Amino acid sequence: MDSMTRTLTTLGHRAPDRVPLFLLTNLQGPKALGLTPKAHFADARNVIESQIRLAARYQSDCLFPFSYASLEIEAWGGESIFIDDGPPNAGAPIIQRPEDILRLTPPSIDAARCLHPSLEAIAALKAHFGASIPIIGTIVSPFSLPAMQMGMGAYLDLIYERPDLWARLMEINEVFGVAWANAQLQAGATAICYFDPVSSPTMLPPALYRQTGHVVARRVLPQIKGPTATHFASGLALPVLDEVIATGTAALGVSALEDLGALKAAARGRLSLLGALNGVEMRRWTPAEAEAAVKANIAALAPGGGFILSDNHGEIPWQVEDETLLAISEAARRWGQYPLTWVDDERG
Amino acid sequence: MDAEIQGFCDALETLDRARADAIFDEAISKAALEGRSPIDVVTALIMPALSEIGRGWHEGALALSQVYMSGRICEQLVEQVLPPSDPDRKRQPRSAIVVLHDHHMLGKRIVYAMMRASGFELFDYGRMELPELVERVIADRLRVLMVSALMLPSALKVRALRDALDARGYPLKIIVGGAPFLMDNALWREVGADAMGRDAAEAVTIITGWMEAAR
Repeated sequence: MDSMTRTLTTLGHRAPDRVPLFLLTNLQGPKALGLTPKAHFADARNVIESQIRLAARYQSDCLFPFSYASLEIEAWGGESIFIDDGPPNAGAPIIQRPEDILRLTPPSIDAARCLHPSLEAIAALKAHFGASIPIIGTIVSPFSLPAMQMGMGAYLDLIYERPDLWARLMEINEVFGVAWANAQLQAGATAICYFDPVSSPTMLPPALYRQTGHVVARRVLPQIKGPTATHFASGLALPVLDEVIATGTAALGVSALEDLGALKAAARGRLSLLGALNGVEMRRWTPAEAEAAVKANIAALAPGGGFILSDNHGEIPWQVEDETLLAISEAARRWGQYPLTWVDDERG
Repeated sequence: MDAEIQGFCDALETLDRARADAIFDEAISKAALEGRSPIDVVTALIMPALSEIGRGWHEGALALSQVYMSGRICEQLVEQVLPPSDPDRKRQPRSAIVVLHDHHMLGKRIVYAMMRASGFELFDYGRMELPELVERVIADRLRVLMVSALMLPSALKVRALRDALDARGYPLKIIVGGAPFLMDNALWREVGADAMGRDAAEAVTIITGWMEAAR
């Protein structure tokens, strides 16, 4: 079974040959080539080469040519502030005052040259691997993008105090988000990861999510011309699981802090789960601890299919060692073979 | 929980500012009649309510946006009755809050509001890099520094801060908080912090505990 078939089988809530492993190694790309993140992501050729190398080394079941979240802010005229050992941050907010929203227009994908290396990388990886392995495109959801456009505190103030301007901002962001997702699909991406951390109950009360992020997702996801996976980037999800399912998304990124048993029970047969290895702890795992974590995730989330093993944030930290990722990959192969008889055996 | 505190919590969680104002004003009036000062109301009403809201977030029952807005409301209430120069604010260790190397300010803003709403006076250093921070800590004769981090590389920078202060022989209590520390319970010790606040209200509890221990 190839990676694509394995993934599609589990997304169909059936058991494939083994649990698919999505190692989201965008930050390992610069390390693999001995480059800084800034130098690495500036040239599509680096991303192509590092993804090919990392796919061979870790035997991941997906390619992840994602660069960094603030790339989208660059498309809006903002800037990224790079560091040498992690993802860049968005620079000064492009929306300094709520009224700035009224003069904002969505950038076109053609004009936003900073986005083009990502599209080139997706197209080249598609040409190299064909349809044997999923290529994951990404967008920051139109609802969560303002955390970088204006800063999180100012965005919460906007949601609570200026619903008129919030609605206007969503209109603008949705145009860009849909276009950016569809450009990646057109370039060869198999699916889009819809990063939407502000929608998590960790950030917003479920009742407010139902009036805001949920409404946006229900408008946006049907316009994306391919499958999507929603990711709350370590945020909790269980209290809004039914609403997430109602958006039509195919999978959900799971936090390591979630009640995995309860989430699996609620999602079984309805929504596939992606996670939930703790990326921060991963930095100090021994190979034995990595194996134990893989086993715990498989035992909780893999029975019956509908599960992809991955980290819980949607990005493995720069500081995670190669040895640890190899141990995760090996453990996923060893303990992820269906049928998962060892799970029943260990439960007694 | 006391009915007054519960009512105040409910008002904050639902962002019912008018009701929060009314409960607070009534408590201030009652305290004045009984010869108690506004700081007593802060201690008896606001601090327990914010602590409860912080606990609710940590347990997953409340969202960060509710913690943020509650802190903002309470900070404004306290500012009305306890100006920055109020002598009641002076019994505290010289404290500051900072975002080290990171660019995410929400956590700092929440903790700062919680501290102010709990009657504390503290420096807001904004965002700083390590060399500047070390010099500022020493120049300001700080006793307590709170460091807020969202990104893992920023959290790891606290180790370099501790080492730099040790090299200068400067004793400083460091409290850390933010997502990386919540995701890895061992991280705060690894970077040389003295304590980790799981939520904004815990920072208040930790500093209050240190103040009591020092008496």
